Amino acid sequence: MENTINTNNDKYILELKNVSVAYTPEKKAVEDVCANIRENTVTAIMGPSGCGKSTLLRAINRLHDLYPEIQTTGEILLKGEDIFKMNPMKVRRLAGMVFQRPNPFPTMSIYDNVLAGYKLNNIKLSKSDRDEVVENSLRSVALWDEVKDSISKKGTFLSGGQQQRLCIARAIALKPEVLLMDEPTSALDPISTNRIEDLILELKEHYTIVIVTHNMSQAARISDNSMFMYLGHLVEYDTTKQMFTKPKDKRTEDYLTGVFG
Amino acid sequence: MKKTIFSSSKYRQYKSKLFFYAVCAFSGITMIPLFLIIWELLKKGYKQLNLSLFTEVSPTSMDAMLAKISNEPIPGGILNGITGTLLILAISIILAIPVGICTGIYLAENPKGAFSKLIRSLSDLLQGIPSIVVGIIVYAWVVKPMYSYSALAGGISLAIMMLPMIIRSTEESLKMLPASLKEAGLALGGSYSSVVLRILLPSAFSGLFTGSLLAISRVMGETAPLLVTVLGASVVNWDITHPTSAISLLIWEFYNDPNLAPLVWTSSLLLLFLVLGINIFAKRISKKWKIQ
Repeated sequence: MENTINTNNDKYILELKNVSVAYTPEKKAVEDVCANIRENTVTAIMGPSGCGKSTLLRAINRLHDLYPEIQTTGEILLKGEDIFKMNPMKVRRLAGMVFQRPNPFPTMSIYDNVLAGYKLNNIKLSKSDRDEVVENSLRSVALWDEVKDSISKKGTFLSGGQQQRLCIARAIALKPEVLLMDEPTSALDPISTNRIEDLILELKEHYTIVIVTHNMSQAARISDNSMFMYLGHLVEYDTTKQMFTKPKDKRTEDYLTGVFG
Repeated sequence: MKKTIFSSSKYRQYKSKLFFYAVCAFSGITMIPLFLIIWELLKKGYKQLNLSLFTEVSPTSMDAMLAKISNEPIPGGILNGITGTLLILAISIILAIPVGICTGIYLAENPKGAFSKLIRSLSDLLQGIPSIVVGIIVYAWVVKPMYSYSALAGGISLAIMMLPMIIRSTEESLKMLPASLKEAGLALGGSYSSVVLRILLPSAFSGLFTGSLLAISRVMGETAPLLVTVLGASVVNWDITHPTSAISLLIWEFYNDPNLAPLVWTSSLLLLFLVLGINIFAKRISKKWKIQ
């Protein structure tokens, strides 16, 4: 099934063509997913536990490469370029990732955490450039005012919500093309969740965001387009409005109405 | 019926209390040897505990005998032993820590590989090899070809004994780190080596440091491998190719000479305090630097 949301002047930043991911040769966690994602949109990947949402997301930045037993096939184009032909380190710089649990680097200060991407890539910056990157990134995630006086403290001393915003700042400091978010609010309280959701809507202006969520109302609140996955298959991919009002597939409807989940 | 249930529950309470007291009593018993050892060493060793212990080299049998006749404390100290122990430990640290840490990283990063399993079992076997056997092997490998006993040979034998502990503690400390830390580093585009060196190793540093310190304290008092590798020396020696002394070797020498016997207790006391000190320091470091 070709999953393309047609609008005028479409510019796809991500194109997934027959993407399959197998943990063992017999068991495919994701099967033949085709989807195109437009620039500066928020795309939510929904579905019940174990349907392959996170597995699909992690294929986009080639994180599966770390585990030799996992086989990824198909084609993923990032700005028209096949990511499997690119250097994985470059792919990961272009597709930043935010994880389920906030994971600031425990030995680094808040300042160094934001700059971690530059350090790990051996990109040298002048002191003024470093200060600018840190301030801009922390301002983008609305954390600057909260931490500017304790910027040299360890990132792990922040609250869970602040840590997650720090992790987003760390990911966007490298100015990626796409921001992949793997259930970024599932470990957070409702207030922190709200702040992250507001942040996602603001970040949309500059980044293309793909977010995995098991929270349907979250997908409804923040995403432009939604994918519904079930048992490794992409069942439906449409605008969020369309999917939540008139789902085309019975399984999507059943999931959205709580028949299963 | 009611009575039976009541008495049975009382019996169980009694049994549970008895078990608790038995556990406490046996835990108390384990502390007795340590306290007895410290008490005995303090009682017998304090007489010789003075500044010259740290500033003078070990006395000869003749000096000790003359002092004994004139009823004076034995002159001299164990400076040659202290410096020798430091020199040998420095050599073993330089040799064992980089190798041990690199091996530990390999094992933590490739936990299931056949090569890892082989290294792990060999490292466990190495830990079980008697120290005198390690000494004899190093004698054949280093002392004989160099035609001389040396601090280097002693350092190598202690390094071999330290390796398994450093490997294991590095592997365990790295395994304790959440997988997301490594993924987060790689997801930022970092190369594998930079993620290991800049994120994983610093995060596991407290474990690595503590493990290394415990390994050092474990080999610090080794005597058997040093007997056949460094031999001993009556002067302070900083040349790694020359025979040198060590605190544990001096204890052995003092033990074998009735005139010098009183020094056995003082040297043992010092060695014990050094080992205990390193252990306590390692525990405090591991608590203080523990990653949140």
